[in-house]
Amino acid sequence: MRLSYEEVEHIAELARLNLTEDEKRKFAEQLSDILDYASRLDSLDTSHIPPTASVLDIYLRLREDESQPGLSRDQVLENAPATKENQFKVPPVFGE
Amino acid sequence: MRLQQRKTNSKSRRFLVNRMPDLTQLTISEALTGLRSRDFSSQELTAAYIQRIEELDPKIHAFITLTPELAFEKAGIADQMLAAEDRELPPLLGLPIAVKDVLCLANVRCTCGSKILENFIPPYTASSVSRLLDAGVVPLGKTNTDEFAMGSSTENSAYGPTRNPWNFEHVPGGSSGGSAAAVAGGMAPAALGTDTGGSVRQPCAFCGTTGIKPTYGRVSRYGLIAYGSSLDTAGVIARNAADTALLFQHMAGFDPLDATSVNTPVPTYQLPDSPDLHGLRIGVPDEYFLQGIQPEVESFVKAAVTQLESQGAVPVPISLPYTEYALPVYYIIAPAEASANLARYDGVRFGPRLGTEEGLQEMFKQTRGQLFGSEVKRRIMLGTYALSAGYYEAFYGKAQKVRTLIKEDFIRAFEDVDVIAAPVAPTTAFKFGQHSDDPLAMYLEDIFTLPANLAGIPGLAFPVGYDKNGLPIGMQLMAPPFKEDLLFRVGHAYQLATEWHNKKPSLPTMDNQLK
Repeated sequence: MRLSYEEVEHIAELARLNLTEDEKRKFAEQLSDILDYASRLDSLDTSHIPPTASVLDIYLRLREDESQPGLSRDQVLENAPATKENQFKVPPVFGE
Repeated sequence: MRLQQRKTNSKSRRFLVNRMPDLTQLTISEALTGLRSRDFSSQELTAAYIQRIEELDPKIHAFITLTPELAFEKAGIADQMLAAEDRELPPLLGLPIAVKDVLCLANVRCTCGSKILENFIPPYTASSVSRLLDAGVVPLGKTNTDEFAMGSSTENSAYGPTRNPWNFEHVPGGSSGGSAAAVAGGMAPAALGTDTGGSVRQPCAFCGTTGIKPTYGRVSRYGLIAYGSSLDTAGVIARNAADTALLFQHMAGFDPLDATSVNTPVPTYQLPDSPDLHGLRIGVPDEYFLQGIQPEVESFVKAAVTQLESQGAVPVPISLPYTEYALPVYYIIAPAEASANLARYDGVRFGPRLGTEEGLQEMFKQTRGQLFGSEVKRRIMLGTYALSAGYYEAFYGKAQKVRTLIKEDFIRAFEDVDVIAAPVAPTTAFKFGQHSDDPLAMYLEDIFTLPANLAGIPGLAFPVGYDKNGLPIGMQLMAPPFKEDLLFRVGHAYQLATEWHNKKPSLPTMDNQLK
């Protein structure tokens, strides 16, 4: 399992990561090594094995539909790099 | 305990303070007893730790952020409550502790060892921490960690690595390396850590401390900044099993704010007075004593099993045949979960932002590309790939199925044994830079700790010897889910009969400084 430079570029795009040329070359090699190592899982027959997403028997815990205190608007916004009129401010979304 | 009798006269009391033995050497139960009998105050105890941190931490760098003002404020409140004497006092009142910098403490910067959170000040406190604050602890500061808890050496921290108190040329382990080094260096009597793939146990092994990785769901994850959500746990690092249990008692329990918190009562952890272990069956898995493991690690861990046998326990050879697959399973599942969890760092709600002139998408990419470190980017890439169209079933789906096999390995083993004993890591603490540029070699350091996370079971790590270079060797005991009480009992019984946990690195002590 070898990842090409182009595949690395595609994954970086999906992950919204700007990588340098050097990083792309290095990751192509390192991720290929890791995936090679992971391919040893292919030797196991898991056709009748159910997957484990969580070790717990997950169930949906319900509560009464009552309002509870939460963070104030100021608290929610206080870590944002830019705000305007009590909202998060971002660069233009359209017309990129 | 060598503390002198309490004097009421203020002049003699001041004299007593100056002559006081090094308070940073006390165990937690000794410190709590001293506070209750007012041999010393919480402010004095806190001052002793702050002084030790100021002396040592410029060399060790266990802390990212110190909180002396908050500590003295809490210690002052504790002292007032201790002076009042007429009401029921919180169980850990006045005890200073350190907190790993991935657990939120309200109004104190929480960096996760990352540039992307360099200015993040959480408006709320993690439930694990707030429970301990309710029990009376005094927070000394936030400890260093590999970025987003991804690493085994603290070399991935954006704020520089922590040095191992036993040898400054060696790593302290990771990711909770700051917490383990703080405890080993006497800069905190205990520290909170997190363990997603070994991040409490491995630094304990490297630093000669004792630490608990709890059952998944036993301690709330609310306010633990997420890395791998199906694996993340918050635990305690301290100087011995008894101190670990004392703190863990007040950290564990159901929390409605965490959807994966389990509503099972927390027992009162009772520790034995004698080292007797008659009737205990200890599984010793072949697969954890591989070729390539450092010979001293193997011999000291086997000697520890023999020690437990001499206390009455019965070793039972067992097999956990899927052990070798834990590494590839973990390094697919954890990065996959990380790639989803770390999508939130986009420069919109917290952290600095870059590239705003070039539109929203460029802002996301430049902020993430420049402010995440290499290991975090590597795991995001790996996880994104494993979850991407066409590869999901081959990688993520396959890994989840093999995870089932690993979990079943333990279920089968615990039909025959009470606990499982194994090395924590294949080697003692390695040198800085030894695994840089070879991520796979670094991942191999985790082979013995990953299975417990994948299976969700608890593990207790503690020192069982030292190699020829004087570096600690750790053993872990693993138990069935929610059997932390058994781990504390066995660990404490071992420590009643042995002295490894009392060995300290040769660092300047305050006793020396006062001379």
